[in-house]
Amino acid sequence: MISENNYSKPQLIFLLVLRFAIGWHVLFEGISKVLNPQWTSANFLQESQGILSGLSGWIISNPNILAIIDFMNIWGLVAIGLGLIFGFLFKPAAIIGSFLVFIYYLSVPPMVGYEYTLPSDGSNLIVNRTLIEAVALFGLALFPTNKIFGLDYFIYSSNKRKFQNGKTR
Amino acid sequence: MEKQDNNSEEKKINEESSLSDNTKKTPKDVSRRNVLKAFAGVPVAGLLGFELLRKIDYDKSKRQRIIQELGLDKMEFSIPDYGREQKQDIIRIGIIGFGRRAEQLSAGLGFMHPEEMRKRENNNTLKNWLEQENLHVVITGICDVFDQHAERGLTIANNNIRSETSSFPVRRYHTYQEMLADKDIDAVIISTPDHHHGHMGIDATKAGKHVYLEKSVAHTEEELNELYRVVKESHITFQLGHQITQSTVFKQAKEIIDKNVLGKITLIETTSNRNTAEGAWIRHLDNKGNPKPGDEKSIDWTQWLGNTPYVPFSIDRFYNWTKWFAYDTGMIGQLFTHEFDAVNQLVRIGIPKSVSSSGGIYYWKDNREMPDSLHCVFEYPDKELTLMYSGNLASSRSRGRVFMGHDASMELGNNIKITVDRNSTQYKKGIASGLIETGSPMLSFNPNAGQIDAVTSASEKYYADRGLTNTVINGRQVDVTHLHLREWLSCIREKKTPSANIEVAYEEGVACLMAHRSYLERRQVFWDDENKKII
Repeated sequence: MISENNYSKPQLIFLLVLRFAIGWHVLFEGISKVLNPQWTSANFLQESQGILSGLSGWIISNPNILAIIDFMNIWGLVAIGLGLIFGFLFKPAAIIGSFLVFIYYLSVPPMVGYEYTLPSDGSNLIVNRTLIEAVALFGLALFPTNKIFGLDYFIYSSNKRKFQNGKTR
Repeated sequence: MEKQDNNSEEKKINEESSLSDNTKKTPKDVSRRNVLKAFAGVPVAGLLGFELLRKIDYDKSKRQRIIQELGLDKMEFSIPDYGREQKQDIIRIGIIGFGRRAEQLSAGLGFMHPEEMRKRENNNTLKNWLEQENLHVVITGICDVFDQHAERGLTIANNNIRSETSSFPVRRYHTYQEMLADKDIDAVIISTPDHHHGHMGIDATKAGKHVYLEKSVAHTEEELNELYRVVKESHITFQLGHQITQSTVFKQAKEIIDKNVLGKITLIETTSNRNTAEGAWIRHLDNKGNPKPGDEKSIDWTQWLGNTPYVPFSIDRFYNWTKWFAYDTGMIGQLFTHEFDAVNQLVRIGIPKSVSSSGGIYYWKDNREMPDSLHCVFEYPDKELTLMYSGNLASSRSRGRVFMGHDASMELGNNIKITVDRNSTQYKKGIASGLIETGSPMLSFNPNAGQIDAVTSASEKYYADRGLTNTVINGRQVDVTHLHLREWLSCIREKKTPSANIEVAYEEGVACLMAHRSYLERRQVFWDDENKKII
């Protein structure tokens, strides 16, 4: 298992920068939706093509489900963003975040022949920034920096104490 | 896995303690340093919070400054009283002509076919409809020349989901005169093909019934004048069927124009853009391509023809009547009427001084007489403005409805977008200071919120283009046809004048007949205001 003390200093700095950058982005995506009471995922879901388009259509057609999806998105993004920045419950945050961002990607993948009316952000073919963010988030889960540079330190140090106590007994 | 983790933790602790031994630090220092490291995210979060506050502040002050600059800060939106239900006397309504439009009107009144209810339940639109305000009406009369339509009407009128109104029987009348003679009908809705509107409206008014008349108002000048005269002399409440202005955004648009945000308006452009057979009034086939029902036995053809020249029974004419001059004025009567109403309700332009129309049948080369491409120019020298209409049935490229002022232009659809003119006088300072951008729409009005939003991102601009089919009142989706009927009914009860009253109906009727005549006679036609005549 790779652990933080095995990283070289530049590696550690890179991982922290990546973690803070993605955390910042995800957190602000969430906050901006909290601040805009009119935000709804419906506009995004309407654009959906490919394997998730059926699911998206079902969500839009069902106002109650849409409300739940909106709520989960907004607060999910905020929670994941906070988790990444503070290094709190970091691994679940990174893995769930990676999964969530991957779902965003799958909803509107830039495949050949899929055309969207929403303006796209740059030129994309199959790979876009959303996919890269999902992959990077998963990478962060594999190269954790939370046990030293995160609130998870307290969780692990209390575990450690328990462990040490166990040994002395 | 967990155990391995713990082992590595242990190793790490050992390493760290040996490290601290080397640098001669006490274990207390080590643990303090570790705790500090654990809070590494705090400065990042702090910076984000700081920037966030700055952004909120910036957006707010920018929005405030733009709104102030445009003079919209003093804007007041009336609070709709929608949904405040009270016990009222039941109004008994008869519907003349029970086609597709009548079904929509019935839904607006609170009556729906059981099949349609099931369909709506499946696509989750039933709930909105059920929440619609109870208008305290009953449909007690149905009149249609086609048995099948009349029977469908009876089913709908009898499908009473509001129990208080169940005691009224529903009757079918074979002629509209029979219905008008019945004193158990208080008000009528006329939703027949257009060639019947004028004389039915006149007869209904004379019979003392309140009238909700679908557009267009009348097919001839004589009928229009007569209708105007009898309604003015009567005590009935007349409403022309134009649901579009009931939308919340229209009330906001009116405020914007009244506040002179746009400056002097000299040009208004309106359009219709459709590109389907259905949109070109080819409607005698069902979804599967089979002919729709109806034959000489089930349709009273003589009555259907009314005052128009005799032609043998034709299912084409029965369903696709808009294609012929005898029954309609095509895009003018079906589509431009809504455009005119929208404009007239906002800026009250009235009857034009002159109209010149041109167009032709360029795409739908069937047996039609009606043009599928039509363009009309309405001149208002007194108001110092031109109203343009351009309709096309062979391209659905979306062209909006735009009010062009010297200081800003307003695109009004299901949403409002305002773009400040780069040569504006009123906003010269704001433009120079960079506060106001002129390259793209800078304000949009969202009917959902009843408040003003500054358009900030490309995707928001995009969403501003898209609209809603219904309007939103107090967070609820409401059908605009329902609102228009509601206005009519409450005016009947309170003896008030509705928005699409006989005055505006007359203005619209004249403008439409002028445009149609200009197309037919291939010349510019004028309005003789003294003699109230088209010349």
